[in-house]
Amino acid sequence: MSDGDDAPARELKVVGQRPVRPDGADKVTGRAMFGADFRLPGMLAGRVKRSPHPHARIVSIDTTAAAALPGVKAIVTGADFDLAAAGKIEAGESATDVKSVSINCMAHEKALYQGHAVAAVAATSAEIADEALDLIEVTYEVLPHVIDVEDAMKDGAPLLYPDMITTGESPAPTEPSNIASKMVAGCGDVKGAMERADIVVEGRYRTAAVHQGYIEPHACVASWGADGQAVVWASTQGQFLVRALTAKICNMPLSDLKVIPSEIGGGFGGKTTVYLEPVALTLSRKCGRPVKLVMSREEVFIASGPTSGSVIDVKLGAMKDGTIIAAEATLAYQAGAFPGSPVNLGCMTAFACYDIENVGLVGYDVVSNRPKVAAYRAPGAPMAAFAVESAIDELALKLNMDPIDLRLKNAVREGAKAVYGATLKSIGFVETLEAVKAHPNYTTPPAPGVTRGVAAGFWFNIGGESSASVHVDEDGGVTVVSANPDIGGSRASMVMMAAEVIGVPVEHVRGIVADTASIGFSSTTGGSRVTFATGMAVVQAAERIVEDLKLRAAKTWDCDVSQVDWKEGRALCLDPSKDVQPLDLRSIAGKSARTGGPIGAEVSLNAQGAAPGFGVHVCDLKVDPETGQTTIVKYTAAQDVGRAIHPSYVEGQLQGGAAQGVGWALNEEYVYGPNGTLENASFLDYRMPVASDLPMIDTILVESRPNPRHPFGVKGVGEVPIVPPLAAVANAISRITNKRMTSLPLSPMKVLDALSGD
Amino acid sequence: MSRIRIATTVNGEPVEFLGGGSQSLLDALRDELGLTGSKEGCGTGDCGACSVMVDGRLVCSCLMLAPEAEGRRIETIEGMAENGELHPLQTSFLDEAALQCGFCTPGLLIAAKALLDRNPDPTETEVRYWLAGNVCRCTGYDKVVRAVMSAAATMRQAPKATEAVT
Repeated sequence: MSDGDDAPARELKVVGQRPVRPDGADKVTGRAMFGADFRLPGMLAGRVKRSPHPHARIVSIDTTAAAALPGVKAIVTGADFDLAAAGKIEAGESATDVKSVSINCMAHEKALYQGHAVAAVAATSAEIADEALDLIEVTYEVLPHVIDVEDAMKDGAPLLYPDMITTGESPAPTEPSNIASKMVAGCGDVKGAMERADIVVEGRYRTAAVHQGYIEPHACVASWGADGQAVVWASTQGQFLVRALTAKICNMPLSDLKVIPSEIGGGFGGKTTVYLEPVALTLSRKCGRPVKLVMSREEVFIASGPTSGSVIDVKLGAMKDGTIIAAEATLAYQAGAFPGSPVNLGCMTAFACYDIENVGLVGYDVVSNRPKVAAYRAPGAPMAAFAVESAIDELALKLNMDPIDLRLKNAVREGAKAVYGATLKSIGFVETLEAVKAHPNYTTPPAPGVTRGVAAGFWFNIGGESSASVHVDEDGGVTVVSANPDIGGSRASMVMMAAEVIGVPVEHVRGIVADTASIGFSSTTGGSRVTFATGMAVVQAAERIVEDLKLRAAKTWDCDVSQVDWKEGRALCLDPSKDVQPLDLRSIAGKSARTGGPIGAEVSLNAQGAAPGFGVHVCDLKVDPETGQTTIVKYTAAQDVGRAIHPSYVEGQLQGGAAQGVGWALNEEYVYGPNGTLENASFLDYRMPVASDLPMIDTILVESRPNPRHPFGVKGVGEVPIVPPLAAVANAISRITNKRMTSLPLSPMKVLDALSGD
Repeated sequence: MSRIRIATTVNGEPVEFLGGGSQSLLDALRDELGLTGSKEGCGTGDCGACSVMVDGRLVCSCLMLAPEAEGRRIETIEGMAENGELHPLQTSFLDEAALQCGFCTPGLLIAAKALLDRNPDPTETEVRYWLAGNVCRCTGYDKVVRAVMSAAATMRQAPKATEAVT
């Protein structure tokens, strides 16, 4: 792959514009089909029975009465899922432990959290299915449970897995515990540097488990064919991942399963696994009829992945001039009922914004009786950034330094080596800090009674495997087919990049998201990879089309292809001996049969060179001294975006990420009662930000460091913006309360307590 | 479930369907009439994705029982564009990129139209409080609020063009 450094500068006509997205009309008229909108003739309604207990042995399940209910067509329990067939698979960027995914879809032996599926029914109506669930008798032996990560780490805590020995600990422990793994990373001599430091700040920070909060609940339809070939329609961030997991769990060849992605009503990482699809398919397999499963909102909260709550100890050592010479952190993350929290990513990102010589990191992945965590936008990073960026704010206050200047002093620069080993290239953290420093929202002091918090954030961004095809219709229209569900406007960037390369108006290009049988393998929509990696495949396919069009023009003109240029959607003949008119796409396409047949190209690649992204957020807020209620009065999000293909949708990523981060900072929290059940499993009690909670969110797109590894300079943009807000909000509140706010969410009660000095 | 015949008007057309029991208006619209533009995000009236107009009032269709639709005038997202022509709010949402995943969009559009029907010149604060019953997790509301304000301005400038849809 070319580095792109020596590529001639393009004069861009489409990239950087703000056209209407190609799927826009469908989404404003109700025509777009989301997960629950799909139906088939003869389709049955499925329902899942879930454990009311956070931890219990399943002694027996009696389905006799339910099976006898007229209208009930199939019932499944854990006994219908062959765990021996599961194992580890490579699915996209990472290996997935399919056995735990299978057990999470349907419990075996034990229910590990309230809401864990224990049985499912398919019936001719939802009412009958509901009635059947009540008739299924599950006998439980209730076991002691543990919810919080610190409790789960204590000696004598109830164990979820009596045979789980912590990995990564040396020497290996002899006794089992809820600590699934320990990771250690670092460089230099932290202890010595801390002793040398002029000033040391340290603190313990806590964040609550929060849910991704996509408005569309999980939904799918599964249909098993008499020949053993099956189709699943699902709302997912990755149809190939659904195929891999579902086929493995259902013990069938991948080629016998086609997964068709619906439009997706939000995911934020939460739709990168399966909950319903293997259950629906197993029900369908049992009765030979299509089965639809849709989660209720309560099920989404209790049985699909939130992200980890965390406890983080952080310590920074700095010199008087602000140079941070030592940093250490110990992070403990909730994994939920199965190992696999993003604590490793928390460790890797914690200090990634800063060039620090001596770093020590320890991470613990801890299971407890909560739903298994799932990816959530920059998984693991926001909690770590909350702790680190709070500590840096404390350092700025103690040193009486401007918080941007302190960050500039320590910022990673081109070629810095990250603690996880990578050399950071094409990074624009310094430029982003400088852009904020010069912005009127920062140069203007906060209004009276308003305080300002600043925080930064980092995310790796990834590339990975993508496939895309581009074909030209007989009348010169262009279709771009790719395999990444469009979660926030990515179709727009795909068609814009193709239009730019081929030189046609963007309105002439269609964007299609294909099923698993219609395009080559592609990794999931996630990791901020789609516009970068899938975009690269689209650009390369479009470039092949242009090469092909030039060949066809050369053939038509009977000249050498080197004498053909392609410009603004037309072939131009450079051979002065030929007296010919330019050939536009339409005329070449209309005669394609005479020049070699249909015009199309497909590219499959494994994109390398995704450049990391950095964000800097500034939050101005005020607090009502009587109620402790926080009001955000101004918010500014700046980010190193490489180049924005469709700036509106890039701004939208920054604004949406900031809003989610504000919710995480102020309101959102999984609240458990003493019996280990979730007490706020609804949108009323789990309160996400609404329009009246927020001001306009100003954005600064820093485009001075385009990514040379992408044809148009793209960096991933979706995840960075949720990393800084937690600390940006908390730092502003800390400057009102004159007390370091260390525990999220900063609900009115907590702020009131801090104000009153409790 | 005992089912009864329910006669109502949806998007200006008289319709009849069999429904009842615990069935919500939302389920009836989606399952009996095939109008899947109205979405279920919560089923408890907290997210607004199922917003429809009933006799000119904005309601969460998940909170209304299907038989209560008898004799009413229901308007859904499917009726917002007239004769294939987008409503100024729909155009404005597209121009302002006021949607990402698009799942909450039908409800937001119905709610925004209900606002502009009553108040053709709302302030930003009025827009924010009116839309506080419609949860969007993608956009942070910035572009949604701008789109509603911009559509309001367009509609004020061209009252005749919007007469037909109010």
